[in-house]
Amino acid sequence: MFEQFSNFRNSLPSLKSFRNMSPLARRELKQGLWFLSPWIFGFLVFVLLPILASLFFTFINLKITDGIASTPKWVGLDNYQYLWNDNQAGVNPSTWFKGGTPGALWVTLAFGLIALPVGIFLPLGVAVLMNHKHLKGAMFFRSLFYMPYIVPFVAAVFLWGGMLNSQTGWINRFLVEILGMSKNNVPLWANSGAEEWGWIYATYVLMGIWGIGNAMLIMLAGLQGVPTELYDAAKVDGANGWQTFWKVTFPMISPVIFYNLTLSIVGLFQYFLVPIVVNQGTGRPGGFTMFYNLYVYRNFFLFQNMSYGATLAWVLFMLILAVTILLFWSAKYWVYYAGESHS
Amino acid sequence: MKLSTAKTTDSMNAASDARPQERAKKTITRFQLKNGLNATFVTLLTIAVLVMFLAPFAYMILTSLKTQDQISIVGAPIWPARPPVVDYNGKQVEVFTVPLSKCDGFDPGTNDEKGLALVKKGQKASVFVDPDDAGRGEFTCTVSWRALDRAWEFAPTWSNYQEVWETINYPRLMWNTTFYAISTTIAVLISCTLVAFGFSRFRFPGRDFLFIILISTIFLPAFVTVIPTFTFFQRIGWVGTWLPLIVPAFFANAYDVFLLRQYFMTLPRELDEAAMIDGASPLKVLWSVIIPQSYPALMAITVFHIVYAWNDYFGPLIYLSTNREAWPISIALSTFNGIYGQRPQLIQAGALMALIAPLLLFIVAQRFFVQGIVITGVEK
Repeated sequence: MFEQFSNFRNSLPSLKSFRNMSPLARRELKQGLWFLSPWIFGFLVFVLLPILASLFFTFINLKITDGIASTPKWVGLDNYQYLWNDNQAGVNPSTWFKGGTPGALWVTLAFGLIALPVGIFLPLGVAVLMNHKHLKGAMFFRSLFYMPYIVPFVAAVFLWGGMLNSQTGWINRFLVEILGMSKNNVPLWANSGAEEWGWIYATYVLMGIWGIGNAMLIMLAGLQGVPTELYDAAKVDGANGWQTFWKVTFPMISPVIFYNLTLSIVGLFQYFLVPIVVNQGTGRPGGFTMFYNLYVYRNFFLFQNMSYGATLAWVLFMLILAVTILLFWSAKYWVYYAGESHS
Repeated sequence: MKLSTAKTTDSMNAASDARPQERAKKTITRFQLKNGLNATFVTLLTIAVLVMFLAPFAYMILTSLKTQDQISIVGAPIWPARPPVVDYNGKQVEVFTVPLSKCDGFDPGTNDEKGLALVKKGQKASVFVDPDDAGRGEFTCTVSWRALDRAWEFAPTWSNYQEVWETINYPRLMWNTTFYAISTTIAVLISCTLVAFGFSRFRFPGRDFLFIILISTIFLPAFVTVIPTFTFFQRIGWVGTWLPLIVPAFFANAYDVFLLRQYFMTLPRELDEAAMIDGASPLKVLWSVIIPQSYPALMAITVFHIVYAWNDYFGPLIYLSTNREAWPISIALSTFNGIYGQRPQLIQAGALMALIAPLLLFIVAQRFFVQGIVITGVEK
C-alpha cells in the first residue's frame, strides 16, 4: 500500500498538463472527478477543514465550562508553551518523573518499546509455523489463529482480564496449582502497583494479543510468495535454518514487515482504549497508564478544553509524521522490493 | 538418535553403490519416517500454541456458567462445579471423595474411592454415611476431612445469561448495533465502489496525487479531526445521535477504496472498452461490467465493515456516551467493569453475548476475510 508514496514526485500534476488537454482527455478528467467526488467532498469537509480548524484552535483559548463556550481569544503560542512545561504530557523529556507522574509521552514510548516487538514477532512466528511444510491442516489452524481478531475489543479485554485475575484467573492458578509458585509471589497483573508498572504493560500486551490475526495473515501471504528456488539455492550453499531465515526469508518479506511495522507504530501512538476500559482512563497507578492519546481525550472530552486538546493532538500528529518519515527513510536500508533496480 | 542413524545410512549409501535399488528403497522409508515425525511434532506444537491462544474462550464459557461462590471457593475446579450436598436427618451435609480402604467395614486392600457424606469432622478420623446406602448407617474412616477432595458435580448456572439479558436490555443493544453496522456498510459499499472505480479506470493529471493523499489519511491521529468535528456536531445538535457515525461513512475511506481499486485493476479492460464502444456510460460500465466481476472484493469489504462497525468503540464513546438509548453493545459492555466488578460471571456472560454475532459471521464468511486482508497488505 505504501509503495504508492515512492511515486510522489511523478504524481504531482503540472499546470502544463491541464492546459494542453485534448477534448477527450478533458472529458475523462470530468468523469474521473465525478466518481471521486464523494471522497473529495468528504476529505474537504471531514478531514482538511477540521485539520485547519484544530490548528486554529491551538492559537486561541476555546473552553467549555458548564456547557457554555468561552469567548475565544487569540493567545499566540501560549498553548504550546504550556504543553512544553506540562509534566503530565511529558513531551519535554526533562519533565519526566517530575511531580509524581512519568508523563504521558514517556508512558506511550515505554509501552511501545514492549508492545512493538511482540506485535511484529508474534504474528511472524505464527505465520512461519502456519507456513511450515510439515504442518497438517494449515488452513484450519490459520482460521483459528485469525478468529479472535473479530472479537469486539471490549470483550477481548474482559476475557483476558478474567484470565489474568490475580486470584481466580487461570494464569495465576496455573502458576500456583501446577507450577507450585507461592501465592504471595504471583504477579498481580492489572492490579499491580506503580513500582511494578512492567506487569501492567505486560497485561495490556496480553489483552492485545488477539489482534495479531491481520498481521499474521499478511505475513503468511508474504512467506508464501517467496520463490522456492531461493530456498533450494540456500540449501545448496549449505545454509542452516536460522541463516536461511535471516538471509532469504526476512529480506523477501521485509515489505510486509514494513507495512505492519508502520501501522503498528501509528496505532501505538494513538493507544488509549484499553486503559479506558481497564483503568477507567484514570491513569492509575501513579500515571503509568496515562497514555498520550488518553491525555488528549481527557483534556478535550472530560475537561472540555478544546484548545489544549487540539494542541496536544497537533503535537501528536507532528510526532507521528516525524517517526513515519524516519521509518520511510530507513526503509531503503532494510526493505527489499523485488524487481526494483538498485543503481 | 533418530537423526544420527539416518545420517549414517546416508553416508553408507554414498560410500558403496552395491545393490542401489534396495538401498534407495530403504532410504525413502527412513525419509518418510522422519517426515512423519516432523509433521507430528510441528502439528502438536501448533495445537499447544493454539490451546493457549484460545484458552480465554474456554475461560469465558466456563466462568459465565458459575455462581459467585463457585468462583471464589479456593481449590474449586475450573468448570462450574458444586460440592454436592445430601440431606441427612434433616441436616445438609457435604459429600467428599474418600478412599474406602480407610473405612470401617470395607476391604482394606481396595483402591476404590467413593463420594461419602461427612457427618462429623475430625483431624484423625471422621464419621461418614453412604448417600447411596443409608442402611449401612454411620461409620468411621481414618482420614482428616481437610485433606479430602470434594466430590464436585457439574452445576451450570444458565440464569446468568438471563440476568445480563434483562439488566442491559440486550434486544435494544442488538438492534442499535445491527442498525449501525448495516447502514454504514451500505454507505461504504456505495461510496468506495464509486471512488475506487474513479481511481482505477480514468487517467487524468493529479489522479495519483489524490490517491497518495487518500492513503496518507491513515497516518492522521483521530483527535486532530475529531475535536473540531465534535464541536461542530454539538452545535448542530447531532451529538447523542447516530448521525455523526453514519454520515461520514458515505464519503469513502482509505482502506476500502484501496482494496477495491487493487481488485478493479486486475480486471481486464477489454470488457469495459467493448461496453464503451457500444455506447455505455461509465456508470453503466461500473454497474454491469465491473461489479458482477468483483463479488469477492465486495464481499470482503462487507464482512470487514460489519465487524468493524460491530466492534467500534471509539466513535460511540465520543458521540453516544450521553444517550443510553442509542448505545451499541460495545459501550454497554464496557460499563460492566464498573457495575459488575465483583461478579465476573456476569461480565463473561455479557462478553459472550457481545461476541457471538461477529463470531457467527466469521464462521460463515471466513474465506472473504482472508482474501481481503491479503489484497490490502501484500499488494502494492
